[in-house]
Amino acid sequence: MTVRKDAIIVGGGIHGCSTALHLCLAGLKPVLIEKDYAGRHASGVNAGGVRQLARDVAEIPLSIRSMGLWERIGELVDDDCGFESYGQVLVAETEAELDACRVRVTDLNERGFTHEELIDGAELRRLVPAVAESCPGGVVSRRDGAAQPARTTTAFRRKAEQLGATIREGMPATNIRKDGKLWLVDVGTDTFAAPVLVNAAGAWAGRVADQFGETVPVETIAPMLMITSPVAHFIDPVVILRGRKLSFKQFPNGTVLIGGGHLAIPDQDRNETVLDWRKLSESARTVAELFEVMRSATIMRAWAGIEARMRDDIPVFGPSAVHDGLYHQFGFSAHGFQLGPGAGAVMAELIVHGGTQTRITGLSITRFQNSPPSSTT
Amino acid sequence: MSAAPKRDQYDVVIIGAGPAGLAATADAAGAGLSTLLLDENAGPGGQVWRAINSTPVKEEALLGTDYWSGAEIAKAARDSGAEIIHRATVWSLDRNLEIGVSVGGGSAFIKARRVIIATGAQERPFPIPGWTLPGVMTAGAAQTMLKSSGLVPDCPTVIAGQGPLLWLLAAQILRLGGRIDRVLDTTPRANYMAALPHAFGFVTSPYFMKGLAMMREVRAKVPVTGGVTELAAAGNGKLDAVSYVTAGGKRETLSAELLLLHQGVVPNVNLAMAAGVEHRWNELQLCWTPVLDALGNSSIPGIAIAGDGAGIGGAQAAVWRGRAAAGSAIKASRSNAKVSDVSAQLRRAERGRAFLDTLFQPAKQFRIPQGDTIVCRCEEITAKDVLDSVAIGATGPNQLKAYRRTGMGPCQGRLCGLTVTELMAEARGKSPQEIGYYRLRAPVKPIMLSELANLPKTEEATKAVVRG
Amino acid sequence: MFKRADGDSRRSVTIHVEGQAVAAREGDTVSAALLASGLDVRRATAVSGARRLPYCMMGVCFDCLVTIDGVGNRQGCLVPVAEGMQIEIQKGKREIGK
Repeated sequence: MTVRKDAIIVGGGIHGCSTALHLCLAGLKPVLIEKDYAGRHASGVNAGGVRQLARDVAEIPLSIRSMGLWERIGELVDDDCGFESYGQVLVAETEAELDACRVRVTDLNERGFTHEELIDGAELRRLVPAVAESCPGGVVSRRDGAAQPARTTTAFRRKAEQLGATIREGMPATNIRKDGKLWLVDVGTDTFAAPVLVNAAGAWAGRVADQFGETVPVETIAPMLMITSPVAHFIDPVVILRGRKLSFKQFPNGTVLIGGGHLAIPDQDRNETVLDWRKLSESARTVAELFEVMRSATIMRAWAGIEARMRDDIPVFGPSAVHDGLYHQFGFSAHGFQLGPGAGAVMAELIVHGGTQTRITGLSITRFQNSPPSSTT
Repeated sequence: MSAAPKRDQYDVVIIGAGPAGLAATADAAGAGLSTLLLDENAGPGGQVWRAINSTPVKEEALLGTDYWSGAEIAKAARDSGAEIIHRATVWSLDRNLEIGVSVGGGSAFIKARRVIIATGAQERPFPIPGWTLPGVMTAGAAQTMLKSSGLVPDCPTVIAGQGPLLWLLAAQILRLGGRIDRVLDTTPRANYMAALPHAFGFVTSPYFMKGLAMMREVRAKVPVTGGVTELAAAGNGKLDAVSYVTAGGKRETLSAELLLLHQGVVPNVNLAMAAGVEHRWNELQLCWTPVLDALGNSSIPGIAIAGDGAGIGGAQAAVWRGRAAAGSAIKASRSNAKVSDVSAQLRRAERGRAFLDTLFQPAKQFRIPQGDTIVCRCEEITAKDVLDSVAIGATGPNQLKAYRRTGMGPCQGRLCGLTVTELMAEARGKSPQEIGYYRLRAPVKPIMLSELANLPKTEEATKAVVRG
Repeated sequence: MFKRADGDSRRSVTIHVEGQAVAAREGDTVSAALLASGLDVRRATAVSGARRLPYCMMGVCFDCLVTIDGVGNRQGCLVPVAEGMQIEIQKGKREIGK
């Protein structure tokens, strides 16, 4: 049976769900196809950082747009998503790192961005009292925070469905093809047809782009995270390091999430990852050095989510350069969670109005034209 | 014996020193394989032969001949030439057969050519109202204290539930001069009829006569109430009373300071599942069991599972399963080795199991709680909380984590997983197999951050230090 | 709640529970010794502060979590007693760094 829709979204991560929701808000009836369940991979199991801090300049406008939505997330999806805004702090461990921070903040200010603020050692210790004495300062983005990723993705999915989106979970989108002006996608024995196809398939998106002649340098990664047992409250903001791979966040229930980008070995076809404990050990060592109080904490669980990383570490976002009606929204390179709400809103504008006020040049897939792809797709 | 492993690679690493692990160790090391046995407890025996080398209860009749039969196998393992490390916690095992193990506050990684998981069983969760109160324990807990420390109840005590272990424990407590005020038997009356077709296998099994004798022994000294259909523990900060409903529908209350619960055992799946071993829902035993071939080989090449972790079969079957898995490991390592076929012995040891599984299948109301009864002890989540989450979109145990943190506490789902699966399956009109289980990951036991930080560094990091 | 059966000839081991000396026996686990002590050894959970005692005594339930010689969140049912061991009952979220 062929079912006619206004748009077909492939991928039920935060991005696919957000785009589905915003298309519904614009009066369209999309179908979202997810081979597992919404939030099964990176969107459900990431660190939950809601961060404008330390982003590539090309994605800052999208991030700022998204921040506005995070600050009224309850109105948008009827769930506060566990969002808390205690700021995010980037810690410089040396004077040289602090100098680099100074250059960065000055550059942003010259471009008109004011969300990052240079802080000295005193302000750093006021914000993060437990940090090692040797750290000379850093950068803060005070409106940033953290949310609960699985709860957030689920909330977007639920709200989209309430507003009329069709959600198909548990079966992959297959046989994606174009017939005249319509995109056709099979899900089991059903076929969906729509003039718009959104490729939000995360780690699997490179294959879709490739199929339609837009080969891009994308690889599959699986950033690892671990969480401790509850400990007495000792830190409010999310902390990231300038020089080493570490992010650090204590939740209201006392548990502490440790991340930062060390990678597990992904097995995309098995939906699995094999953790690299020697790298997690490096994270543990960094935490122990920086926060002495954490040395006797207990690691409860560790995990990794599968996602796509572009060679230049910024996403592919916007219309296809080759096909009418095809839109890409993938490759968020381990920092797409905060962008989800805003990216869905902007994507809906691109689809419905053909354009957006939010500056997204620099994220277009055209930047990879005539460049050789990397090893994996 | 709490030194770190001596080598970084072994022909076979066996995890768990109960009947299956000890038997596998004796055979594997006896055949000349480099063999490492890792066990979490202070001495060998697992649960059924707990404290076999150290129990203060020396008089043979008190613990029974089945218990003392373990001494010989424990000795065979000890004398086999295997390296045996107790108080070793295996916290990681992956499909590359790499094992993370914590011994004496330090962790190491070792590689195995074969792994035999012999982590046995745990008692099935018994989620009744008040089961988290101080003074409510499992029957197995009381038996552990009895075997390893000679401790027996001396306060008003009720034993409730069903199954062979319940009667064995009651008999042992009484023999050691402990106190039991009442046994509440929850075996559903309908199960007797259902089990009847399997009775022939059972009466010809080793369980039959021993079981009858033990029940007689207990009934002679303690009032037994059969056909109990409801059970609840009550008290403020500690257990004060146990209330129950009789087969006749009458609600009665006993004052008690100790309530010992038991409704059978289920495989301890955490390590195997975290390694990625495929499991399926067992409709008769109402639990997850690994998918295995006749020699115990799992879906992951090189990982075998023996003993009750392979599906509940009891101590004798565990020994034979351990020997079968060891035989398979020996064959893999020395293709010309002669390995005896133990399938006939295993079949005999498993005789009578269908009868026990059917007779002692716990009633639904004792597996699938309602209302304010706690499901997840760690995060203190009730049955109602779970159902509320289902109503707003939680479809399975992994989605439920995002709503309620079930299974995310220190026990990592060991005491809520089966309940959550069955509760959600019932609420959503699906089978437990369709609903699935928590995706389990290492560490399967929590590990200190400082211990993880002190792991040997990565090769690249070590090189960087050398260079620089 | 529990008493020692007759004929237990194991050596006595002294541990300290919240500073109070308790006679245990060699081979007892910390949890068994605590339950045999007759003291109020209930912990308070990190989530709600509810009182708990060990439930499974075999390393599964984590209701025996206890601070042993300054290290918190140890499974008392898996650790044998040792002479002079200092035991603290955990009340709620563990103080960090303790």
